[in-house]
Amino acid sequence: MESKIKELSKIATLIDKDILTTARDCAVGIHIGGNLTLSQIMAVLFFEVANLDPKNPHWEDRDRIILSKGHGNVALSSAMARRGFFPLEELEKFDTFNSMLSMHIDKHRMPGVEISSGSLGHGLSVAVGAALGARMDKAQWQTYCIISDGELEEGSVWEALMCGANYHLDNLTVILDRNMFTIEGPTEETMALEPLAEKLEAFNWFVLTVDGHNIEELLEAFNKKSPEKKPKFIIANTIKGRGVASVEGKADSHFFKISKEDAEKALAALKSADAEA
Amino acid sequence: MNDNKQTQSPLVGLPSRKAYGKVIVELGHQNENIVALSADLAGSVNLADFAKEFPDRFINVGVAEQDLMGISAGLTLAGKIPYASTYAVFAALRAAEQVRTDIAYNNLPVRIVSSHGGITFDVAGATHQALEDIAFFRTIPGMAVFSPADAVETAAILRATVDVKGPVYIRLSRVAEKTVYTEEFDYKIGQPDLLIPGEDVLMITTGVEVGETVDAASLLKERGVNAGVLNISTIKPLDSKAVVDILKDYKTVMTIEQHNIINGLGSAIAEIIAEANLNLKFYRHGIMDIFTTSGPYKDLLSYYKLDPVGIQDTLLQVLDS
Repeated sequence: MESKIKELSKIATLIDKDILTTARDCAVGIHIGGNLTLSQIMAVLFFEVANLDPKNPHWEDRDRIILSKGHGNVALSSAMARRGFFPLEELEKFDTFNSMLSMHIDKHRMPGVEISSGSLGHGLSVAVGAALGARMDKAQWQTYCIISDGELEEGSVWEALMCGANYHLDNLTVILDRNMFTIEGPTEETMALEPLAEKLEAFNWFVLTVDGHNIEELLEAFNKKSPEKKPKFIIANTIKGRGVASVEGKADSHFFKISKEDAEKALAALKSADAEA
Repeated sequence: MNDNKQTQSPLVGLPSRKAYGKVIVELGHQNENIVALSADLAGSVNLADFAKEFPDRFINVGVAEQDLMGISAGLTLAGKIPYASTYAVFAALRAAEQVRTDIAYNNLPVRIVSSHGGITFDVAGATHQALEDIAFFRTIPGMAVFSPADAVETAAILRATVDVKGPVYIRLSRVAEKTVYTEEFDYKIGQPDLLIPGEDVLMITTGVEVGETVDAASLLKERGVNAGVLNISTIKPLDSKAVVDILKDYKTVMTIEQHNIINGLGSAIAEIIAEANLNLKFYRHGIMDIFTTSGPYKDLLSYYKLDPVGIQDTLLQVLDS
């Protein structure tokens, strides 16, 4: 277990590194804050939890991973490239004309991705549909859906939450990137979501709260079986812009092009943390 | 369009939505990937028989049209062919972004079969009448858009679109349309159907207005006007070359539809006429960019001049102008 955690931590650090270098080298900027929240989640999901075959991305029995917060595409691209879905060099072309990888996910350009996304509040309904389809076929594959906390302000997400519980979709796991911010500021000041766990429990979901940067806690949450045929909802508490000192834990981390200096500092910090581990 | 010598279809006289209810069961038996969904309107959109026949393949998502479309998109990730049904106004407007982004942008084989198109939900008024749905759906890239004239054509379109790779929209009515087709036939996507050739004057129509327009043609004939009737049930992809080939024989063309005159069938035809540089008198008849009132269907048809007499009078005015 310990070596597994170490290995996944290393992958998460590589994803962090890919996010930082993309943010440094891209033309316009990226959603840096809400990508750095996803590194551990992506590492655990793509390298341990999900049953995938990068050489056969349309494999019928694959687990379906739906990134509802489509602006988290850099973290997703990094994880998918490192898992072997496409060459890592594609990240260097991020956001260039008609590039495979861009601010939001385009299924037609990105091999192995389940669905295009970017507009908030859509992915959970799609995930519910996938899970219902698996249920109809008595298939064993699982559906994972990563959503943002800002998305929870969209009414459509609550339609999907009702439906997932109503149909007892215990083959569906939602991972919430609870970084506490939308573009305009802290969620609890702009549009309060708390008490969130209680709300979700009242919606008949099996709710777990973890440190979204802690590999061990994430693994444990993914592995825990839902009781009473409930769909699972993992509230992953994360730090927006984690690792970039100037904006860490601030709304300002949402979208920007990182300066070379800040990027180097953050990359050096990653390197030393990695060496310590 | 009818290649087979058959007897009258048992669907004749049914509202298109009831024909849908029967044909979807037939298709469900032929293809086990077909699933059906409604947003708490299974009875109204006639999916009750399908739900009874295939309880494990029917999903009621509750009163949640955005979820209806998103879930339909998701079901395709499991290899399903979802038939998502609700009223046309909600399919087009309440769930517009899910239709565009989840279903069409991803080019997924979801069939959106709406009911209560146009003013056919008469007494319910503007909130439940759909006068913008064709405009919306035909603007979405990759979306095929159908507006069948009656029950038999509905069945033909449903059978012809099962294997379409991308998304499909089919607009049905609440009321029983006047019968236009009596025998089952193989539908050819995109092909207009010249029901009455007429002379010099052509009325182009779609959906529930086809039967009304055919009757208007009879009234006009009594008044000495030999007007043709062209049914366009594939709004998109519309075979513009085929339309031009037909239109070039006429001097006056009027479109008739239960839709806002903006961006519906009339606009689609206007685009073709303009781009082909056809020199003819042209008029779009339909709901004249207003919100409609409520009342018995017959009264509404008469008030908006969408019954045979109203269509006749409108055409005579166009000819006189």
